[in-house]
Amino acid sequence: MSITEIIIISLIKIVIVLGITLITVAYLVYFERKIAAWAQNRIGPNRVGWQGILQPFADVFKLLLKEDIVPERANRIVHAIAPMIALFVAFTTYAVIPIGPNVNIFGYDISLVVADVNMGVLYVLALTSLGVYAITFAGWSSGSKYSLLGGIRSSAQMISYEISMGFSIGGVLLLAESLRPIDIVNSQTNLWNAIVQPIGFITFVVSAFAETNRLPFDLPEAEPELVGGFHTEYSSMKFAGFFLAEYANMVIASAMIVTLYLGGWHLPFEQSLGLSGIWLTVAQIASFFVKMGAMLFFFIWVRWSIPRFRYDQLMNLGWKVMFPLSLINIIWVAAIIMIFN
Amino acid sequence: MSQTSNSLKKRKKDLTFWQKIYIPEIAKGLALTFKNMVRPKFTMEYPEEKFIPPPSYRGRPVLVLEETGEERCVACGLCSRVCPALAIEVQAAETEREKERYPEKFEINMLRCIFCGLCEEVCPEEAIVMSKDYELAFTNREDAIYGKDKLLTPVSQLEDRIEFLRKYK
Repeated sequence: MSITEIIIISLIKIVIVLGITLITVAYLVYFERKIAAWAQNRIGPNRVGWQGILQPFADVFKLLLKEDIVPERANRIVHAIAPMIALFVAFTTYAVIPIGPNVNIFGYDISLVVADVNMGVLYVLALTSLGVYAITFAGWSSGSKYSLLGGIRSSAQMISYEISMGFSIGGVLLLAESLRPIDIVNSQTNLWNAIVQPIGFITFVVSAFAETNRLPFDLPEAEPELVGGFHTEYSSMKFAGFFLAEYANMVIASAMIVTLYLGGWHLPFEQSLGLSGIWLTVAQIASFFVKMGAMLFFFIWVRWSIPRFRYDQLMNLGWKVMFPLSLINIIWVAAIIMIFN
Repeated sequence: MSQTSNSLKKRKKDLTFWQKIYIPEIAKGLALTFKNMVRPKFTMEYPEEKFIPPPSYRGRPVLVLEETGEERCVACGLCSRVCPALAIEVQAAETEREKERYPEKFEINMLRCIFCGLCEEVCPEEAIVMSKDYELAFTNREDAIYGKDKLLTPVSQLEDRIEFLRKYK
């Protein structure tokens, strides 16, 4: 492949991935509202379009038309940069997540990932930890005590859970012997990591909830105590930036869980299905999205089931439970490798 | 201080091992919310589907119009006297008919009305009753003052409220 071909193919991939992401995020908001309604025996949005299917567009349009208010005591530059960082982090992370095996289109062998980097997992970890800057900057620059409290909580929470997240990933890396997401997925062809290392799976999922600031770990935005936390002083499209970033982070977290623990695009017993060529690829890509959808549903489902932790409980859980458990998981995986090799 | 630590100790003792590791309890909670997701919905889609209140409901007060086309009201003014929100204004007039008095003007200011139902309770003629109408929206204050044209309602529409009043008043 010549350099122009690589650039063109990469651009097409970027457009497709970004498009899918934006639509997923938009409809995630819609499904969040729908599932919230169902959990409370309500119907949910059903006025805009068939069954409320155009609701996300109405929401975005409303946010666009709102007045953009910057508080008097805010640091204007940082205040404007914070949502940009949040969005940047949220959308660049998708680059390394593979959604299917290599496919052959018009004679080109194309991998279904924007950037097939050999340290993809590290890249995701690095970028998601940048996300904490968005929230702390937003909290600090707003010049409001509620925002500041939200920002401080967020940084403490994210740093605490990043550790157990990193150690849970350690177990996966030991098995895959690579940081490349495609290799990690391929290492799970026969047996998913969620089955091999259930403790690591649980600690990773819990840490992912904490990293994405989702309930039961949504202390940075705790509505009853902090009025909305770090985004109290944001309005209009700046607020929409945080809103989109939060949901985009949820999509990444689900995609990462699927890639690292649920076998990525691999179907269970895919050899025995007897599918061939293109159909197998289609089934595999579909299975990736089905798994991701299930994880997203789980995220929303948990939100409407479990109440928020208190701050000290959050820290206790992070340092005294999740951290040791993720270490135990590494020992467990190491023992498995020792026994079976 | 000692009291709190005592109660804390007691609570820790009360939790069993399975409760302490959270996961079965979380699963229970999730099962409960999922059960609710598939249950029938309570939502009534209002403009299309309207709530029909029971006879005990106190909606907009109305004047009863007999089948003969006469109003029941004799303009005694008791409703106006009892109204705690001073929403009712009655002006009496006389006729040559058997029932001599009738209200020349009967106005209820719906911005003032508090739907207490005292007018209905005090009325000796069962002439003013609370209807089932709850759709009250105005675009200006003048529209909110309901005169006789809006208040008079045929008795056939108010039968179950009148029956309810006879039973419980």
